[in-house]
Amino acid sequence: MGRAVQKDDCNFISLSSIHRESRNFVSRIIRDSGVNPSDCYQCGKCSAGCPVAFAMDYMPRQIIRMLQLGMIKEVLSSRTIWLCAGCAACYARCPHNVDLPRLMETLRMEARESGLVAEKKVRIFEDLFLRSVERYGRVFETGLIIGFNIKSGEFLKDVMLGPAMLTRGKISLLPHKIKDGGSVRRIFARARELEGEQR
Amino acid sequence: MSTEALARALGIELTEIPQWNCCGASAAHNTNHLLAQALPARNLALAEAENLDVAVPCAACYSRMKAVREAVRKSDLVRAKVSSVIEMDYHARNDVFSIVEIFAGTSTLQQIEAKVLKPLSGLKVACYYGCLLVRPPELAMDDQEDPQSLDRIIGSLGGTPLTWSGKVSCCGAGHSTTLLPVGFKMIGDILEAAEECGADCIACACPLCLLNLDMRQGDLSKRRKKSFKIPVFYFTELVGFALGISPKVLGFKKHFVDPLPLFKAKNYL
Ligand code: SF4
Ligand code: SF4
Repeated sequence: MGRAVQKDDCNFISLSSIHRESRNFVSRIIRDSGVNPSDCYQCGKCSAGCPVAFAMDYMPRQIIRMLQLGMIKEVLSSRTIWLCAGCAACYARCPHNVDLPRLMETLRMEARESGLVAEKKVRIFEDLFLRSVERYGRVFETGLIIGFNIKSGEFLKDVMLGPAMLTRGKISLLPHKIKDGGSVRRIFARARELEGEQR
Repeated sequence: MSTEALARALGIELTEIPQWNCCGASAAHNTNHLLAQALPARNLALAEAENLDVAVPCAACYSRMKAVREAVRKSDLVRAKVSSVIEMDYHARNDVFSIVEIFAGTSTLQQIEAKVLKPLSGLKVACYYGCLLVRPPELAMDDQEDPQSLDRIIGSLGGTPLTWSGKVSCCGAGHSTTLLPVGFKMIGDILEAAEECGADCIACACPLCLLNLDMRQGDLSKRRKKSFKIPVFYFTELVGFALGISPKVLGFKKHFVDPLPLFKAKNYL
């Protein structure tokens, strides 16, 4: 009784020190996404209407709050950034025009680079998808799904749908390659080169 | 397939962009922003070189194309950068439309109405727009909460478009492949919403939405221990059918949920 609260009495977060460490990170996020986390006033409308909220570890609103507080590692290793389907329901409804899908996109790129990807399967799928586009100019679905099942360890997923899709003409066993004289391949090379330079 | 058959019937001239490439969808914009702009820009530049506007049958491609067109229109820097990456000049002079916009234009609608041979009377249709045709607002082709273009098209065929809660819900796109339980819940909720409002079928305007809603019904029936059997159409199939094109030409056989029993029950066949 009457004792002043001591520093050790509670688990506290020193906001100012976190903020200092993460300032560079947050300004990079703002530059790459064009979204400033401090625009958000935490009304929660985004999270109320998010169709994937049921599966997220942090609500979209919380992701922004964590950025405001500089909790980088928690944000980058969250499942939420990979679960976001980019549907933009939040952005369309946000009273402050916070472009959350764009922010999530940028956070996924950061998570890839820092090796903190919580949903490896999404990353594997995206890598294979792009490799297919790079190689053939279009997506070769059969190769994509087989490659994905092997890399994600779900060998038999959707096997039953494969034959059904083949007979319905929705996929083919051989890749269609476009005759573009390698221009799509060169687009990949240059985009990598230029985006790499920017960082 | 149904779009081509139909455009012919309506005298709309469609040309396929020679050697088009995939827009990279979300895989590209989660990986490399410039790549996400350059892939759709190449297709647009190919069309621009032929003085053609682009009509897009997929919601994601539509969104990606319109986004890069806007970015190029707004900034010379982006234009220069994109043009150099795709090794082609791209000025964003041509327009980008979703196929829905082409069909929902007033004069096309009148033309359709005049040509209907088999009115879809008594057919209750849940029109499904999903996300990327109506969001984000700056790229949208219609109202973001209660779009009407597909509804108008169905109306012109004599069908009854329904007011329902799933109109602009998200189907989860690739989640049904990568994050199964999440994707399946999203798809299941949309199908249930359609059933609850008494829909006979769903009409959509994106091949990925179509595939998600149609192909996953078998699996979902097991997961939710109830039987889902609601036919899902790419909207041009319904227009084509009403205009007298045969189900065979329209590719009804390719559906996972066979729509023919429904059409027989309604005495359309
Ligand atoms: S709706 Fe906008 S302002 Fe409100 S919490 Fe979400 S991001 Fe922040
Ligand atoms: S864009 Fe992402 S965060 Fe926003 S509502 Fe859609 S799924 Fe949720």
